[in-house]
Amino acid sequence: MLTLGRACLLVALAIAVYGVGASLYGARSRRREWITSGRRAVYALGGTLGLAFVVLEAAFVRSDFSFDLVQSHSSTTTPLFYRLTALWSSQEGSLLLWATLLAFWSSVVVFLTRKRLREVAPYATAVLLGFAAFFVSLMVFLETPFARVVGPVPAEGVGLNPLLRHPSMMIHPPMLYSGYTLFAIPFAFAVGALVTRRLGAEWIRSTRPFTLAAWFFLGIGIVLGARWSYTELGWGGYWAWDPVENASLMPWLTGTAFLHSVMIQEKRGMLKVWNVSLVLATGVLAILGTFLVRSGILDSIHAFGASTLGVPFLVLISVLIAGSVVLVVSRAADLRSEHRLDSLFSRESMFLLNNLVLVGLCFVIFWGTFFPLISEAVTGSKASVGPPWFNRYITPLALVLVLLSGVGPVIAWRRATLANLRRTMLGPALFAVAVLVALLAAGGVADKPAALAMFVLGAFVAGTVAQELWRGVRARRAMSDDSWPVAVISLVRRNRRRYGGYVVHLGVALLFVGIAASSAFQVARDVELSPGQSTRIGDYDVTYVRPTGSVVPAKNGRLERIDLGAVLRISRDGRVVGTMRSRRSFFPSAAPMLGPVSRYFEGDATSEVALAAGLRRDVWTVVAPDVGDLMPRVKEGDRVFARAAKSGELSASDSSVLLGEALRGLASSYTRQPPPATFRLIVSPLVSWIWIGALIVFLGGLIAIWPAPSGAARRVRATYAARVARELGRA
Amino acid sequence: MELLLVLALVAVIALVLTAPLRAGAAARDEAEESAAHAELTAAREAKYREIRDAELDYRTGKLDEAAWRAQDRALRAEAIEILRRLDELEGSERGEALS
Repeated sequence: MLTLGRACLLVALAIAVYGVGASLYGARSRRREWITSGRRAVYALGGTLGLAFVVLEAAFVRSDFSFDLVQSHSSTTTPLFYRLTALWSSQEGSLLLWATLLAFWSSVVVFLTRKRLREVAPYATAVLLGFAAFFVSLMVFLETPFARVVGPVPAEGVGLNPLLRHPSMMIHPPMLYSGYTLFAIPFAFAVGALVTRRLGAEWIRSTRPFTLAAWFFLGIGIVLGARWSYTELGWGGYWAWDPVENASLMPWLTGTAFLHSVMIQEKRGMLKVWNVSLVLATGVLAILGTFLVRSGILDSIHAFGASTLGVPFLVLISVLIAGSVVLVVSRAADLRSEHRLDSLFSRESMFLLNNLVLVGLCFVIFWGTFFPLISEAVTGSKASVGPPWFNRYITPLALVLVLLSGVGPVIAWRRATLANLRRTMLGPALFAVAVLVALLAAGGVADKPAALAMFVLGAFVAGTVAQELWRGVRARRAMSDDSWPVAVISLVRRNRRRYGGYVVHLGVALLFVGIAASSAFQVARDVELSPGQSTRIGDYDVTYVRPTGSVVPAKNGRLERIDLGAVLRISRDGRVVGTMRSRRSFFPSAAPMLGPVSRYFEGDATSEVALAAGLRRDVWTVVAPDVGDLMPRVKEGDRVFARAAKSGELSASDSSVLLGEALRGLASSYTRQPPPATFRLIVSPLVSWIWIGALIVFLGGLIAIWPAPSGAARRVRATYAARVARELGRA
Repeated sequence: MELLLVLALVAVIALVLTAPLRAGAAARDEAEESAAHAELTAAREAKYREIRDAELDYRTGKLDEAAWRAQDRALRAEAIEILRRLDELEGSERGEALS
């Protein structure tokens, strides 16, 4: 199947190049048959890359170690679930995933716009196929996923990096890549609109679902990454300002800014230069994010390390930036605003301010992320900035952002009067003041002013959203006989974008409250305990009850890993509130120079976090068992197996059975005579609200994306058609 | 076997890509008319959405009555213009179909 996979890539490259040519020729000569053929190239590309993807996935499922990629990233002991996800744990596999998703989403958009945007669509098709040609050529010429293993096909693979054996890894990369590739769609249509000078709101309307979907998927990917970091990486945090994390956040921020500012263009014909620049910047940042992961240019735990892809990506990014600047500058006259801002107190102004904050956030993150490269270029030495630097600038901007997410939905378009500002903001402001008074009365927050401000602003946002919903439902009920629940559903269904947006704002506020609380009031300790000993953290007493140790076989009977861990008892005010189990899993190394026993202790190891999550606070712990006492016995075991192998006393199957016995003996010895273990203990308040807030954000996003039901759409059309028809009769 | 699969793949793709070129300009006019109609229909839907948004802004207290009425009038005028263009297009399509 290697030949089929390689052929698929070659054919895909030919299709993409042909499609670019056919679309451009069709657009220039206005020959529809060539444009249609170019569009079909997108579908054909999707099918061909889909086939290549299936071929590779099947090789992982079958543990076909003739594929070099399968041999180096999977093994027979890797569970099926993780064999399926192992494809995108590699550089080459994730390139294939990127290209396949791009082809899939491009197929969807060119199909849905086949009867619209007649002039713009062929250029957009050419841009999308150009992106695809770039990624496929990387796989054809530099990093092929279909390389054959060198030498005889081995019986066993190296295995999947244990850190990637986490359920969220099944969907985190596809979500991130869906976000990145979907952001290529508004980018491509913006280029098409600029080339053809069709710079009205049509291209924005047609691509809005894809922009929203990009924002939605990238957001899910970012949150899943944060969750993975919190529950898998063993340091207790959810965001480390790592370059790869930052790279995913930057296009999300500019994409969020774009989703807000396009509303001004749609309604008032303003901010055309800004909008087109934002969407082009978002597309470039999405490629930049991909570049950071692939090139290894910056140190990151998520990156694939040094590779040959840096230069091609730099060339692509340079072309994208230069092309975007030339296009925007050359179309400056066509991008003039149709109106001016009527007042600083208007929704337009708030959206503009919100855009400046979001772009400001993006700039801070960009600067902090690339500071090591900047400092190296200027001073000759690589210096990096850490979380305190980011927090210094991000915190005030985040506070302003949350404030604006409360003000934006309730302020009027064009010009807000004092009367309607009072009418829309007084209630939420009073609620926020009440929360402030309650928090100050409860105590313990006054010395954390930033967190306190975030709680108060979060309350203000919740107040505005609740008020908007209440007033909307009341208005709905005034026009119909609906009951309250029916009126809520009906209101949201008929105004999905508006109320979906409000739900997103509520979720964002909750998410920021969770971040503020868990950052400002977190208590963390590293402590060494022996079984029976206790320590105190926050309001909790933690007792190391007993050690645990086991050898875990894979489904095929081979040994997958050794687990050494601990059982902890958590008490509060003398009452037991829970039992927690943490462990460190030791996976065997494939290095041939290691002995059969020591390779289980010299390979990759992961920490399994114990987490007692609650709405008020999380208790988080991870154990680092001390295996130093076991090492003399490990070395002795290596020597015994080496002697037996030399003398030929043991068959392979006997050796495997005895190795299992030896490892079980070591695990048992650890539990019988446990040395003190080191624990990292963390108590963080309101962390769960980060995940709940994120879920609410995505629920809001889903409401906004979901197309209106056809029945409702028909009713709406009929109602307004009749009203407009009456006006038409009078005209 | 793999070679056969590859050849079949290439053949199918060649057929798919060249089908519109082989059909020539036959389907071109119909496609172009549909595109114009679809663009106007989308513009009409967007305008209705704006009218509805403005009304909801008024009913939830963000717009006073005078501002809403002025906005509503302007938006309806734009909707009327879109409907007029749609009528023209549909009329010309019907005329061509009859002739």
